[in-house]
Amino acid sequence: MEKILMKGNEAFAEAAMRGGAGYYFGYPITPQNEIPEYMSHELEKTGGAFIQAESELAAVNMAYGAAAAGGRAFISSSSPGLALMQEGISFMCSVEVPVVILNVSRGGPGVGGIQPGQADYMQATRGGGNGDYHVPVYAPSTIQEAIDMICSAYDVADRYRNPVMVLADGMMGQMMEPVVLPPARKASTYEEIRRDKPWSLTGKGDREERNVLKSLRLQPDVLEEHVMHLFEKYDRMEKELVKYETFGNMDSEIIFVAFGTMSRLVAESIEILAERGISAGMIRPITLWPFPVKPFEELSPSTKVVISAELSMGQLIADVKASVNGRVPVRLINRVGGIVPSSIEIADRAQKHLEELA
Amino acid sequence: MKTRMFFAGSGGQGILLMGQLIAKAAMYEGKEVTFMPSYGPEMRGGTANCTVIVSDSTINCPLINEADVLIVMNQPSLIKFEGMVAAGGKVIINTSLIEARPGRDDIECVEVDANGKAVELGNEKTANMIMLGAIVASTGVVGFDSIDHVLQTVFTGDKARFLPLNEKAVRVYA
Repeated sequence: MEKILMKGNEAFAEAAMRGGAGYYFGYPITPQNEIPEYMSHELEKTGGAFIQAESELAAVNMAYGAAAAGGRAFISSSSPGLALMQEGISFMCSVEVPVVILNVSRGGPGVGGIQPGQADYMQATRGGGNGDYHVPVYAPSTIQEAIDMICSAYDVADRYRNPVMVLADGMMGQMMEPVVLPPARKASTYEEIRRDKPWSLTGKGDREERNVLKSLRLQPDVLEEHVMHLFEKYDRMEKELVKYETFGNMDSEIIFVAFGTMSRLVAESIEILAERGISAGMIRPITLWPFPVKPFEELSPSTKVVISAELSMGQLIADVKASVNGRVPVRLINRVGGIVPSSIEIADRAQKHLEELA
Repeated sequence: MKTRMFFAGSGGQGILLMGQLIAKAAMYEGKEVTFMPSYGPEMRGGTANCTVIVSDSTINCPLINEADVLIVMNQPSLIKFEGMVAAGGKVIINTSLIEARPGRDDIECVEVDANGKAVELGNEKTANMIMLGAIVASTGVVGFDSIDHVLQTVFTGDKARFLPLNEKAVRVYA
């Protein structure tokens, strides 16, 4: 397979198309503008449709409509834009409509800045909209991993009839790396959609009853039953979707936890610490929800501190603390505002945390 | 072997293109590579810079704490980034636009008359390609053959007519 050098955002867009996305609805926002730009000239070539929406709220609802009709839809934005899409995400979870959503996140709150951030962790993993629901959240750390995740996100979304989110950040969107693109999937025909997505709004045709997709359930017992049904599905996701990897020596005194861009910096910090004679390891959650609890239950007795390294004021650390469950001290190493710490800064601060606990 | 490179200049000087061409040539040689541009509300005349790492093994972090090679196309960039060169490293400067010289004696300075030679060649816009050739000649981070291959893949279609001029520009400092 031929390797090509691709910018993150363009690779994300290409991956969505190859994963089968036939519909993209976008509204510009830095640092993901290359995605709508790329889709605007590429998607039509595959027989798909690109629409520049008038707002993020419109974009998410267009995707909701396309997916309700059985299409594979893709939407992307960056942090403030994702905030505007939350209503639609809550609705899609309620109605059980599969859509793939990409957040190329940046610093906040508010309109914030355009440099990388990870402060949408809570919004992504807890459900930023109203009501009880969950969205599987994947956090890639390389462009290649992002491509593979976006492609397979369509399978996950279809399998559970639920939106799936990929949480990247501005640094990943803007950087370039060599990648191998997967072969493009064929778009489903009308007949295939009717067969594979019998719930979809494809017209009554020869069916006895018309399909209805709705979020409104005024009778409390009916709504409760529906929420219970959704949570049976989320329970299955927790059993079936959890993904993580470990890096470095897991018998170390220092165990880092980091995802996405930060995990790449931490990997280098671990090398720096090794040069100083300090051994360290890392747990890298690949799914942020469902969160990988298992590697924390398997922490080595030698581990003296677990350090959550993140580009937020401490959001990932909430899941880390819950998973460590008081067995080992948990500390935070972070920068915000779009600042990415250097690998040396992370190593220095980790060393200080270890010394303070000695 | 890992070479950490930092390219800096002003928007419009072809800084990002230089970095991308080195990255593509290294990838063509089967090496691991990352390209990380600065991004922001930038425009022609503003600042532009990018980091390129070329390595024989997996690159964990696409950001660098220090550079083995610093390429500067204008004077403010030299002043701003000279300090990030690793001891024993190299700074390649565009003397056409830079009067100052590095104030350190633990780094090597390579002088390139990029804009001057570009004017002699008949098109000042080739200054970055002249610099690209000088980078390849002085660092050997990639081979000229790989650069030639990459240029042939970049200058295609409507742009094919610019290929001979750019090939010539790259060879000025060969």
